[in-house]
This record gives sequence, structure tokens and C-alpha cells, in this order.
Amino acid sequence: MSTYDKSMSLTGEPPKALSTQQKLATVLGMVGLGLLALNLFNIDFPNKGLWLTVALSSIFAGIIWFSAAAYANKHPGIKNDGVWFKSISSRGFWAWVAGIALTGFYIILYFYPQYLGLVKDGDNTGVIALFDPLSKLLSGNPASQWFVYGTLYTVAILAFGIKFLWKYRHNNYEKLRTVSVMFFQTSFAFLIPEFMARLNHDGFSLPYYDLKNIWPLNYYNFERYRVNSLIDAGDIGLAILIFGILSIFVITPILTYKYGKRWYCSWVCGCGGLAETAGDSFRHLSDKSQFAWKVERWVVHSVVVFVTLMTTAVIYSYLGTDTSKYWLTKTTFLVSVAVILTAVFAWVMIYKREQLQKDAKYGAIGYFVIIMALIGMHFLSGEGNVFLFKSESLRKSYGFLIGSIFSGVIGTGFYPIFGNRVWCRFGCPMAAILGFQQRLFSKFRITTNGGQCISCGNCSTYCEMGIDVRAYAQKGENIVRSSCVGCGICSAVCPRGVLKLENGPLEGRINGKDVLLGNDVDLMDLVNNK
Amino acid sequence: MEHIVIIGNGISGVTVARHIRKLSDKKITIVSAETDYFFSRTALMYVYMGHMKFEHTQPYENWFWKKNRIELLKAFVTSVDHKNKTLILSGDKELTYDKLVIATGSKPNKFGWPGQDLKGVQGLYSKQDLDQLEINAPNNNVCNRAVIVGGGLIGIELAEMLRTREIPVTFLVRENSFWNGVLPNGESQMISEHISEHHIDLKLATNLVEIIPDDNGRVKAITTDKDETIECNLVGLTAGVTPNIDFLKDSGIELGRGVKVNRLLETNIKDIYAIGDCAEQHEAIGNRRPIEAVWYTGRMMGEALAQTICGITTEYKPGHWFNSAKFLDIEYQTYGWVFSERAKKEYEAHFHWRHPSEKICLTIAYHTETKKFLGINTFGIRMRHEMFDRWLTNERHIDYVVQYLKDANFDPEFYAHYEDEIVASYNSQMGTDIRTKKKSWKRIFQTTK
Repeated sequence: MSTYDKSMSLTGEPPKALSTQQKLATVLGMVGLGLLALNLFNIDFPNKGLWLTVALSSIFAGIIWFSAAAYANKHPGIKNDGVWFKSISSRGFWAWVAGIALTGFYIILYFYPQYLGLVKDGDNTGVIALFDPLSKLLSGNPASQWFVYGTLYTVAILAFGIKFLWKYRHNNYEKLRTVSVMFFQTSFAFLIPEFMARLNHDGFSLPYYDLKNIWPLNYYNFERYRVNSLIDAGDIGLAILIFGILSIFVITPILTYKYGKRWYCSWVCGCGGLAETAGDSFRHLSDKSQFAWKVERWVVHSVVVFVTLMTTAVIYSYLGTDTSKYWLTKTTFLVSVAVILTAVFAWVMIYKREQLQKDAKYGAIGYFVIIMALIGMHFLSGEGNVFLFKSESLRKSYGFLIGSIFSGVIGTGFYPIFGNRVWCRFGCPMAAILGFQQRLFSKFRITTNGGQCISCGNCSTYCEMGIDVRAYAQKGENIVRSSCVGCGICSAVCPRGVLKLENGPLEGRINGKDVLLGNDVDLMDLVNNK
Repeated sequence: MEHIVIIGNGISGVTVARHIRKLSDKKITIVSAETDYFFSRTALMYVYMGHMKFEHTQPYENWFWKKNRIELLKAFVTSVDHKNKTLILSGDKELTYDKLVIATGSKPNKFGWPGQDLKGVQGLYSKQDLDQLEINAPNNNVCNRAVIVGGGLIGIELAEMLRTREIPVTFLVRENSFWNGVLPNGESQMISEHISEHHIDLKLATNLVEIIPDDNGRVKAITTDKDETIECNLVGLTAGVTPNIDFLKDSGIELGRGVKVNRLLETNIKDIYAIGDCAEQHEAIGNRRPIEAVWYTGRMMGEALAQTICGITTEYKPGHWFNSAKFLDIEYQTYGWVFSERAKKEYEAHFHWRHPSEKICLTIAYHTETKKFLGINTFGIRMRHEMFDRWLTNERHIDYVVQYLKDANFDPEFYAHYEDEIVASYNSQMGTDIRTKKKSWKRIFQTTK
């Protein structure tokens, strides 16, 4: 079933089979997964803690063993040997099996958690029950389907993170970055929220909060129940709420100015974390065509517009109209959102116009849509309604379409088919906002090394965001793209050392040289004076 | 409308076409019998190794050519009739031109070894060579052993390729250590060690004598000048390349080893030009060879010739020499001139530093009397092209270069830096007392030279 170019292989096939050790490692990992799957059939395991430990340990050990067999006896260096010959990493039979299995898992997880054993009022059964002991140990509560997911997610990032560390052990940038995503996943995304839940009691309650998840990635952050719950929790809750707002307006722009959006997308973010570790084997599958780039820009920016509008509507819906009760009323809120957006738009149009070109159109359209909708919201809707919909149903459809289907089912489930950053590239509103900042006022860029590019295409092939890196490198241009997550793999796979991720001065960051070193100066002048 | 016909769709031919299109509306046709679309030859190895699919080696999407009105013609040129300004294509078709650019590149050298045309004997240069390699050496069942003849860059690439499919490789190198006609001894020594570490059977100072066939006319074994017989199923001939110009014999175009051109890349016949690997300068430019079979020079010749064809007479004036390669896991870059012991000029001296345990080293060449910086080779350290270009133009003193080495480092972030060790070693060897200067963005990105 391999889709690998048959004309290249008229007789035998290149070695793509697993070594004996890797086969055994795969069996071990599959046994672990199998133990979890057995619970789907509601087989009641005695001593759940023990069986859970056995299952998770064998998954973990299987992955590590597999990686050791792949990399331990090789010299440090880029070893993508046979990636396009292997069924799993070249959209072959096993890729489709894995893709369908993962997608199926997501659908059950998001929409039919009862099949995993979630019981609303009573004890869990099945797989979820198996995770109860761990959940009780951490937060004191029984497990939910999200806890099961979170645990598996963390195991995947840690185990495949070790694989990644092994594979790129010659590259300190990759090592540090991976340790960072492993840390943020384990602590911020997994353990800390569980410990926070432990603090909850009758008079005090914090909602589940992964502190590194910033709006609009956590589009639910400003819902009424969460805001209420945070405010009710007193100083701690208020601090978290303020931190959440500061993350959007202060922390994020500062860090992105200094380091590009990579500080988030490939050092901190959980979606990025999974993509970089478990998804690393699929990074070369992203579509590099210009068509895909066009689709990407429309889709991802539309999601930003949608999420901004939706969040505004949700907040608007629970604010009051009486200024004497609380200063933040419906009108004040809408006016301030409109003012902030106008300010951002005006700043971009006045100071950054020349850098935008086509993107400006999208920006302008998006801006216009939001402002008109805000006005429309105020005048056309009744209490709590946006136009004629309830804002809550707007949020629900976003949660369903973008939050579940896009980020989970397609984003992760389709790793083996579309590559590992589908969600980050086409769907993530956070990535789009950070990308906007990166494009317009960040010190970050990928520089190209004079005339050393041989246009081999390793950089473009291994770009998980589908950027045609080579197109820039062969012209000697700096690469300043809003979608670049700064994973550094283009620089790692370049056989000529042409690419380097740099945070440097802003001057001349975008100006391309358009001609390469090695020619005499006169010719450079000629070619530049187009 | 003037019709520009380009023979060859490699980097030179495609660059000239692209730049002519940028500058003019002329009709452009590229003729090639190798592939439908331009691909990066240097990436062929990655296709065999499974890092990339063949389409990934194509820098432009297929719609690019039509959009830019560059016609692609898949045909083989058998001869040139310059009197009638016509190309004769195989199948007796003809194509007329107003201006002709010959950019046919190279073909692997064959030195008249007995058995060099047997089945299972091949070079590695074209797409067809790669297809052939998939037939000759798809895996280690079909190919139990390969022998590679010739210790250059293509040879080591072929060795690396075959090793990824676990095919045992014997590598015959004429010199006493790998590529030491080009590299100084310390570096050549280090690469030789690295080759052996990769379980490649490196036979130094060994020449091929004969390739022995089996009953079906396939290679069965080879013999060396050390009276050794090595059984093998594949012989890779990688002892350099020669211009691919056989079809021009009797065309009236002046030929040497390649197509003879002047600095404007013109041949002896009006309106016929040659660029890239197949072009031979009447006189070598600086320390360069008259024929330069390098990716970058092909690109530069294409840029220069496009200007000339579009009316802005432009000489091919390459700037400072640079090149790079990868030897298995070790990246190599060079700027300016660092010659091997064999080729060294009488005024040239070297400072060499090698890391005590890692496969990392560097050599800086300088003028013995003026101490002028002449060039640098680095292995395992990436260097910034702009900096060395500037330093060479400004004819910096070697002390200056060593002092400011941190500005030139192009390694990824968080990599270990060796400038301090290098400078310490420099001070002890040269009896100087130099301190490294801190990296400065201002110096690095300064716009004026």
C-alpha cells in the first residue's frame, strides 16, 4: 500500500522493515494499549492501580525501546533514512490504520465518553474507571474522560519526547526545546490543574485552569461560569483572571517581540508539544503547495475573526446595562472592544502598511466584520442574543466545530495523513494572532547564509508548517512568515548549514537581498535594481 | 520576438531562463532529455535514502513554467547547425533559435578501465543514474557488496546512500587519505576516520585495475593494484566529471575539455553561449579552475548571462570562492582559498585547530609575510558567509579574523562555541595574545562593506 514512487523501485524494495528489537518494542507498546482497550469491554479489572501502571509503563517502555533500537547505535546527526519508504510515515496502509484509529478515539472521547465508561452519577466503569486511582491520587476526584486523555497525552509527549531527544541529540536547540515542552505538559497542563482541583472544597472552587493556555486557544476562558468561579474564589481566582488577561495583552506581545512566536508554539504549547514529539514522524507530510498556503491564510484568519466575535458575544451576554451596579456594562464593553480593535488596526495601517501586502486585505475584512457585528449585536439582538442566535449556541458551535473537530479529530487524528501541524497551521487562532505579531514586530527571522543554498529541498520537505523554505533560501532572503513556529528543523536538516533562527535587530529584517553572495558587486546592483 | 533556446534544465539553464524572464519578454525554450521539470541534482542522494521523494527535489511547482512563459521541451539534442541557427533533435526534429545557451552540465568520468561499461557499473549524476541505482542496488540481497571508485564528494555521498540500505561498501581512494588533493592533511585525516566509523571499508592509496564480468555481462568482481579481488554487484564510478558536450563535436563551436567561452560566456560563434559545468574559461579566473563543476557557479553564470542577453553586457566575475559539503555527519564549509599540502602556494601558511574529542576542526590560511587572511575551512562549525566575504574583500589580517570569529559563527542557538579554545590554541601556536571580541549584531548586519 506504500505510495512511494514505484518507478524508483523496479526490482526489490529498500529496507523498510523494523529490526527484531523494534518489533518486540512495538509488541510491548501494543500490549499496553491492548490492556487499556480491554477495558472498553467493561472487563472489571481487580487492582486497577496496578493494571494502569502496567499498561502505561508498557506503552512508555515500548516507545523508549523502539527509539533506542532506532537511534542508539547510530552516529549523532540527521537520520531520516527511509522515512518515505515506511508505510506509517508515507501515507501508506499503516498510516491510514493509525489515522482512522486515532480519529475514532477522538470521536468517542469528545462525543461518546459513555463508551469509555464515563458514568454521570455513580462510579465510572471501563477505561475511565481504570484511571480512577491515579486521578484520586492527584486531585482527589474520580477520573473523567479528559483525565484519561490528559494522562495519555502526557505519556505520549514524554515518551516520544525522549525519542525526539535521541534523534536530535546533536542539536542543542532541539534538545532544550523538547525538554521545555515536556516540562510544560507535565507540570502546567497535567499536574498543576489537578493539584488546584485538590484545593477546591464547598466554600471555594477554581475551574480547571491550564495556566499556559492563553485565550483564544482556550476560547472558553471568559465564560460566565468560569469568570464567576474565579471571582468567587477570592484573591487567588482574581490573580488567575488577571494573569489570563495580562497573558493576552502584555506577556504574549513582549515575548513574541523578543523571540518570535516560537516561545509559545514550540517551547510551551501543548498542541505544539504533541506535534513536535508524537507528531515528529509525520512532519514531512504537510502540503507545501501555494494553493495550501492560500487556503491556510483564509481559514486561520477567519477562525480569529470568529473567535473574537464569539468571545465578545459571550461576555456581552452576561454583562448588565445598569452602570450603578457595575462599571462594566454591555455598552462600555462593546465600545472598548471596538476601540481596542480600531487602535490595533490603525497602528498596523499607519506604521506597518508596507509589510502587509495581501494580508492587509484579510486584516481589513476581518476588522470590518467584527466591528459591524459588534454594532449589530447591540442593536439587533434581544437580551443575551447575538443577532437572532443565543451567544451560548454560537459558543457551542465554535466549541464543536473548531475546539473538537478541528483541533482534535482532524488536527491530531489526521497526523499520519496531513502532517503534524494541521491544527496549528489552519485552525489555531492563537497561532494566527502570534503570527500577526511575529510578522509585524518581532526580532525573529530565519536568516539564510549568503549563497550556500543548493536548493536541495530538505528544509521545505521537513517544514511541518508547509512553508516553502527553499523558495526563500535559494534567493538569499530572510524568512519572516507568520506561520513559522520556529521548530528549527529546517536549520537542522540543511546539509549546507544555510538556515539559522535568529533574534536580531528589526532594521532590514524583511528586506530580501534577492541575489546571493559570490557574484561581483556590480551584478548584485543590477539584479537588485529591478 | 527573439527566441532564446537553452539546452539543459539544470541550475545554470534554469537560472538564465528565470532571469531573462525577469528582464524581458523574449520567447524562452528549455530543452532537456533528462527530466520534465527542473530538479536539484544535489538532492538525488536524499531520494535514494528515503528522506525525500523525487518531487521534493523540484524547486518550483509544475505550474510555474507556464505562468512564467518558459517553454519546456523534452528532447535530446543531437547536433547544432549554427549556420541555420537550428538544433537537430533526435527523431529528426528541428528547433530554430535566435540565441542559444548551452548548459548541458557534466557526465561521470571514465578512464578506460577494462569492464567500465558492464551492467552494474555506473556513476551518480543524472536522474537516470538514480533510477539505475534503484535497479542495481535496491537492497543488500540484490547487492551484496558495492565498490566505489574515486574519493571525491560524489563518492562519499554514494557510500552514505548505500550504507542507509545496509549494503557493504568498499571505497577505493587513490590518495593516501580522503580528498587530500583538496583538503589539508588534518582535515583529510579526520574525514578518513569518520568514513571508517561508518563501517565503510576505506582502501586508501588503492587503484582500480579491472572490472570482471560474470557470464551475463554483469559485474562480478573487481581487482585492485594491490592484487586484491573484491566480489561485488555494483561498481560506482565517482572519479570526477567531464563536460557533457559530445553532441557538439564537428559543430564548429570551439571545444577544449568543455565549451570554450570568454568572460562574457560567449563561444567563438555569435549568439551561442555556454554556462555551468560544461563551460570552460579560456583562462582561469584567479585561483579557480577553468571548468567549475559547482552548483553556485552555475547559478552565477546564469545570472550574469541573462543580463548580457537582455542587453546589459555583463562579465562573469565571480566574487570570493566559497563551497560547502557534508561528509556523512560532518558539515564542511569553505570561504576564500585553503589549499591542500599538495596544491599549496609558497606564500600560504595554515593555522589548524581540532577539537580534542569531537569531529570538529578548522583551518585558516594566511599569507606568510603579510599575515593577510586568505581563507578558512570549517568542519562541524557553521560560518556566516557575509562575514568572510567582507573580510576577504577588506583583506583583513589573520589576527583580526581570529579575534572576531564570534561574529562569523552561524551555528544554531545554544550550540557549544569553540572560539575561546580556538583563540587559545592560536595564541600558543602563533605567539600572540589575542582575546575574542563579543558577538555584535551591529557589525554583523552592517550594510556597508
